[in-house]
Amino acid sequence: MSSLTDLTLRAALDGLSSGAFSSEELTRAHIGAVEAARPLNAFILETPDKALEMARASDARRAAGEAGALEGAPLGIKDLFCTNGVTTTAGSRILGGFTPTYESTVTSQLWRDGAVMLGKLNLDEFAMGSSNETSAYGPVVSPWRRNGDASPLTPGGSSGGSAAAVAAGLCLGATATDTGGSIRQPAAFTGTVGIKPTYGRCSRWGVVAFASSLDQAGPIARTVEDAALLLQSMSGHDPKDSTSLDVEVPDFAAFVGRSVKGLRIGVPKEYRVDGMPAEIEALWEQGIAWLREAGCEIVEVSLPHTRYALPAYYIVAPAEASSNLARYDGMRYGLRADAASLTDTYEKSRAEGFGEEVKRRILIGTYVLSAGYYDAYYLRALKVRRRIADDFTEAFGKVDALLTPTAPSAAFALGENANDPVAMYLNDIFTVTVNLAGLPGMSVPAGLDARGLPLGLQLIGRPLDEGLLFSLGGAIEKAAGFSAKPARWW
Amino acid sequence: MAIDAATVRKVARLARIAEPEARIEPLARELTGIMNWIEQLAEVDIEGVEPMTSAVSQPAPLRDDVVTEGGDPERILANAPRRAGDFFVVPKVVE
Repeated sequence: MSSLTDLTLRAALDGLSSGAFSSEELTRAHIGAVEAARPLNAFILETPDKALEMARASDARRAAGEAGALEGAPLGIKDLFCTNGVTTTAGSRILGGFTPTYESTVTSQLWRDGAVMLGKLNLDEFAMGSSNETSAYGPVVSPWRRNGDASPLTPGGSSGGSAAAVAAGLCLGATATDTGGSIRQPAAFTGTVGIKPTYGRCSRWGVVAFASSLDQAGPIARTVEDAALLLQSMSGHDPKDSTSLDVEVPDFAAFVGRSVKGLRIGVPKEYRVDGMPAEIEALWEQGIAWLREAGCEIVEVSLPHTRYALPAYYIVAPAEASSNLARYDGMRYGLRADAASLTDTYEKSRAEGFGEEVKRRILIGTYVLSAGYYDAYYLRALKVRRRIADDFTEAFGKVDALLTPTAPSAAFALGENANDPVAMYLNDIFTVTVNLAGLPGMSVPAGLDARGLPLGLQLIGRPLDEGLLFSLGGAIEKAAGFSAKPARWW
Repeated sequence: MAIDAATVRKVARLARIAEPEARIEPLARELTGIMNWIEQLAEVDIEGVEPMTSAVSQPAPLRDDVVTEGGDPERILANAPRRAGDFFVVPKVVE
């Protein structure tokens, strides 16, 4: 494929701006890459005609001197974002051909700024999963492979399509969402940059809901600067989401490359979990060394309730999901099964429409919210959630940001963790605390393991302090000099 | 906390999901496994802690009590599994 698909978003925008190529040329190159990469199963729906139409309109705007911040850049959209007139599946059969008559706020802002849509990206069903294997449209296969081993690996999840597409050069960047780690873990597994911003930074309007108090949109990109450019466009107050924050959006890209000298970086001792691979431990030490060399002061901090974050999450998220997913009843949209009575129609439609992991979580959520268990489970989990958030508040009294590994391992093989729900849930051990507390978190590629697979480091900031994460992420990116790309096998 | 087959049937009914009989026992085992893992939350001292329902500390915003959108049945009905005129057609609700 042409070198147009190897560009960073920043370089592509510069090339468009200087007239080195048009959006139509850039978009055609990406459409070709998408078609050639079908073995990855990264896209649920390719929209090449729409992409070319948007690209031509973009070239016309640029010629008229009306170029937006992302003018002409072809992007992939996680199929959890509603797109006007383009089917949206959430990776589930239950949406059954649902074609929104409206556009999510986040994607409407990307189009406002001139971006081009290549298609809808695969994901775990309703974003519930850490490996993309729960998608009704089949798993995404990572473009990465272990050295000398052709076993198909997971790109992570739930934003597996987004991460795989960005890593494989199918799009210049992608939207993603993160409820327990679904932006950061796939970014770590694929050698890409992913940021989950502060809860409320991006509007949730028009994003298919999983767990509303935890869900946040964010970008996956090839570089820290690219992630900043995308988040800039995606962020901002939206009256249609009552939890959207009415605060100014800073120029995120301007933070990349700023000195991090004198910053105090916390290293939470509770993240040194039992059984952590030595390579993850070594990578973390390397990250600490890089930030120290960049002039940061490293401080050990304590987040004593860390180990309770995952169990609390597996009450809070399923409880909210069981409530949110009650809307899929086969009456107004989506799949409707034929049955004799109304109740049978509900029960059969939902049995046929939802996959096993989604059903499992709905059942857990229904159970913990049911009479007699609400106080023992749900209310207790909400109080533990407060404890976890308070741990962070305390730590941020002493430090400016935290540095941790993103995930407890490199990418695993498809099928490897599929039969043990709890083992799969442990993937989010380092990321889920951030969702519970509503904080911004970013994964930056930092190196390869012995088998040639990418590993990521996570930066966690104070609420609304994404700017600092972009500065620190930029410092790690520069020190790591991560330039590895998956060798093309597809 | 062991979740037995009867509880699975009850919860599946509450959730309006028709679980085939063959799935009841496996689900009971899976859910028991997950709930046993969750039991460790009982170790946390939560005395006097306020439940955290939102990651946003600001009060919910108010808006004027006025109609902002509407009058567009075609968009509302565009994805209806069955429709008649400007109505959704659903199975009989009242016998």
